[in-house]
Amino acid sequence: MADYNFSMPCTEDDIRKLRIGDHVTLQDTLFGIRDATQIHMFDKGRETRLDLNGHAVIHTAPNVKKVPVSNSCPAGYQSICIGTTTSARMERFTRPLMERNGVRIIIGKGGLGSDSAAAFKELGGVYLAIIGGTAALETTWIDRILDADLDDLNPESLWQFEIHDFGPLLVAMDANGDSLYDAVRDTAEERRAAALASMGVDT
Amino acid sequence: MKIDLEAIEETAKLLYIRALKVLPDDIKDGFQRLDASETDATGKSILATMIKNIDVAEDTDNLLCQDTGIPIYNVTIGRGVETDGIDLKDAIRKGCARATTEYPLRSSVVHPVTRVNEHTSCGHRVPVINIDFSDQAEELVIEMIPKGSGSENGSFLKMCIPAEGLGGIKTFVIDKVMEAGGKVCPPTIVGVGVGGTADLCSKLAKIAATRPLGSVCGDPEGAKLEQELGRAVNSLGIGPQGLGGDSTSFAVHVEIAATHITMNPVAVNIQCHSARRARATFKPDGVEIGF
Repeated sequence: MADYNFSMPCTEDDIRKLRIGDHVTLQDTLFGIRDATQIHMFDKGRETRLDLNGHAVIHTAPNVKKVPVSNSCPAGYQSICIGTTTSARMERFTRPLMERNGVRIIIGKGGLGSDSAAAFKELGGVYLAIIGGTAALETTWIDRILDADLDDLNPESLWQFEIHDFGPLLVAMDANGDSLYDAVRDTAEERRAAALASMGVDT
Repeated sequence: MKIDLEAIEETAKLLYIRALKVLPDDIKDGFQRLDASETDATGKSILATMIKNIDVAEDTDNLLCQDTGIPIYNVTIGRGVETDGIDLKDAIRKGCARATTEYPLRSSVVHPVTRVNEHTSCGHRVPVINIDFSDQAEELVIEMIPKGSGSENGSFLKMCIPAEGLGGIKTFVIDKVMEAGGKVCPPTIVGVGVGGTADLCSKLAKIAATRPLGSVCGDPEGAKLEQELGRAVNSLGIGPQGLGGDSTSFAVHVEIAATHITMNPVAVNIQCHSARRARATFKPDGVEIGF
């Protein structure tokens, strides 16, 4: 298991060398995206002016404060608390996000499903697990909110963050099609009968 | 005791913000307990980060989690408390909205059809305000729970039939914990409602999920189920964040209600590891803030 440090954006080669169990720390740029953002992008045909090619997106809708535009708040937003949300709801957007926008890394919690695993393998992408519910810590890795597009969807805007030492994040799904979540699910299924038997339930 | 509605509004605001920042001691103790017994390296490392986050939130005076949740206020009115019910609910709603706009917090509440966000954490029938009564003299309690959506989406109801017995209930709980996996932000508190009607059963599951760790079901059969299910859930290997380990749940909590001869309902409502609560107790000599 190796540790990597990526200055974003990254290349397909960078991604294809990652394996489940590795750790990655990101530098420079990260985008925030959420349910409504992707519903509007992929179901309602809206375009973003932001270039996501080769970039990482985190499933998020942050707590922000509207402030006057300044060097530390170029988009007029100050970050208050930024963390992640459950990725599974956004499963069907992984492929279009990669095919149409060139996204290479998706960050979230709880993992993605088999369609995303197939897209990662075919197009060269990974899922990095960040720990849900630890936003106070993650907020300290974000320096500035650089931009907010599709901002009528706030807080589900498309956010551009300037980051430093964002991680280490666990490679939970890789471009080989492997997933740590599948391994855990298989274990749970193997143990299900014994768990029920321990309570006197036959299967 | 006459209730000061301005104090209710201020307290409803304070409780929302406080709940989002400071975890109750029973949850902090629960983390220490899981950390001491976790045998999986990934699980242990995730628990360590969660514990660190609790400290960072307090040190930086920040929210524990970005999810401000669906605001729930549980109001318990004791004997001899004088208040106007409509005004009381209105004051709580105003306090909730002010917490959101003045802090400011992310409003996570939208209209279910138009998906329009009023940016106040309020909407039709939200915040959820539950009113109950106690025989405690001269006391009004408000408990605030910001219920995160990742775990609230891990909510399930099954109208089992009597022929499925207790085995049907146990199987349902295990299968739903497996289905929820890492999506509900484990380690969790698994709330289980057994009995009642469909709506009461779901409500019992929520009461169970938001009970303090260390509390035990008042019914001996429910308490026995808590022990059995607690051990079984943590034998599945789902672990913190669904990435493997022993610490799938802090505990399984059960609440029960009598049911119909033809019914055997079971509901599951899950609380994430950011098991946030805050409580205010109004007495004639002032307001006490705690968990």
